[in-house]
Amino acid sequence: MSYVISNFELMLSAFRLTLELFVLSAVVSLVFGTLLAAARVGPVPVLARAGAVYVTLVRNTPLLVVFIFVFVVMPQLEMNIDSFMAKGVLALSVYTSAFVCEAMRSGINSVPLGQAEASRAIGLTFTQSMGLVVLPQALRAVVPPLASVLIALIKNTSVGAAFGLAEATFRMKGFTNDNTSERPLIFLTFAIGYIVLVEIVSAGAILLERRWRVAR
Amino acid sequence: MSSVLFDAAGPRARARYRTYSIISAVALLLLLAFLGWRMYDTGQFEYEKWEPFVTPEYIRALLVDGLLQTLLMAFSSIILAVVLGMVLGMGKLSEQAWLRWPCWLVVEFFRAVPLLLLIVFIYFTYGIGDGIGSYWSVVIGLTLYNGSVLAEVFRAGINAVPKGQSEAAYAIGMRKFQVMTSVLMPQGVKIMLPAIISQCVVALKDTSLGFYVAAPGLTRVGKGIYVEFANQVPTAIVLAAIYIVTNLVLSWIATKVQRRLTGERKVLVSSGA
Repeated sequence: MSYVISNFELMLSAFRLTLELFVLSAVVSLVFGTLLAAARVGPVPVLARAGAVYVTLVRNTPLLVVFIFVFVVMPQLEMNIDSFMAKGVLALSVYTSAFVCEAMRSGINSVPLGQAEASRAIGLTFTQSMGLVVLPQALRAVVPPLASVLIALIKNTSVGAAFGLAEATFRMKGFTNDNTSERPLIFLTFAIGYIVLVEIVSAGAILLERRWRVAR
Repeated sequence: MSSVLFDAAGPRARARYRTYSIISAVALLLLLAFLGWRMYDTGQFEYEKWEPFVTPEYIRALLVDGLLQTLLMAFSSIILAVVLGMVLGMGKLSEQAWLRWPCWLVVEFFRAVPLLLLIVFIYFTYGIGDGIGSYWSVVIGLTLYNGSVLAEVFRAGINAVPKGQSEAAYAIGMRKFQVMTSVLMPQGVKIMLPAIISQCVVALKDTSLGFYVAAPGLTRVGKGIYVEFANQVPTAIVLAAIYIVTNLVLSWIATKVQRRLTGERKVLVSSGA
């Protein structure tokens, strides 16, 4: 236990990096994923097709290979980004956007066609039918899948360790190398750190779901 | 075609969509052209860079030491994970609290912990030196993680079997164990199978994490090739292509199995992130 306590500061800073990676990638991939979803469900065939190709390609590529593209391939193409943080966020966002897009799309698809037809029939404009009828329902349906995408993102930040980002998993490897006798304890401490982050996101999702629940 | 979001387009809207289509097609082509030009400019199309991928020796290495090892790792861990998932899932369904709580704890723990953290811990604690080695470290890590995910799938699958089935089985005098093995499980497995196969895709993608502990598989073979030939770009493209094709084939099988077994009835779908 002594080792973990005496290096607690270092562990916290590693988790701070994990958290930064998570928050930045979450914001970027939520924005980009939403745009992708808009392209996929939108009326422009070329964009819909391009979005579908992007999602299929990225979803079937391991995150580690995406990291290889950003950290190894891009410098070869002389498109290097200097900051490790930015590279990590880019790789995580490229990957997560595809899943965000699918979550959003499933939310929109969960709204029955009749809802939109009824709102048109009573004379609502496009903006009204979107803002008052379709999107509120889609938003509610999107919370649970989006929460699981974000939880997966927290866990995926650990892949950065293999590419020199000194986040929590990287730090745990260092700790267990320095102190071989306390390995299980060190592992457990770091695991609990991740579990706390995961629980915060899932508690947030449950809260949102409860707040937005409608009496049916 | 009318959808939730917009009505069937009239002539003016169709003309507008056509303009957007052309603009976006041009933009996408420009993007692709830019990437192509970057590749050309940095000499990625030279024959030497692609040579390993037309040399039988390296193709064999990619397919046998790479793809086959990766598939072996994925399938052995999935088979072990199905067993573990059944045990944990049964445990979670148990009426005995002393059985239910530990199973719940194990499932929640391994689902929330990043797989890479788990693999690193297993490898550096039990794997190096005379230990179990990197291959089994990855397989065990994958088994614990996927087993916990499948425990949830298993529980949900059993719960999705209509209640009347188990009630009828109890009514004709079956024991709890019999009800589970000869009534609930055969029906539950049908519902679960697509989710299990899509978990295979997840496991296959996750085997790539073995890269960090130098486990055998596609990523290690790939690294070996690009270290030897300095052809990072072609290697990464080939690696991604192999993963994508393999996963698409697996997903295609999953859809087939789903059609055949369930006839489009209710199935569990995992998000697979």
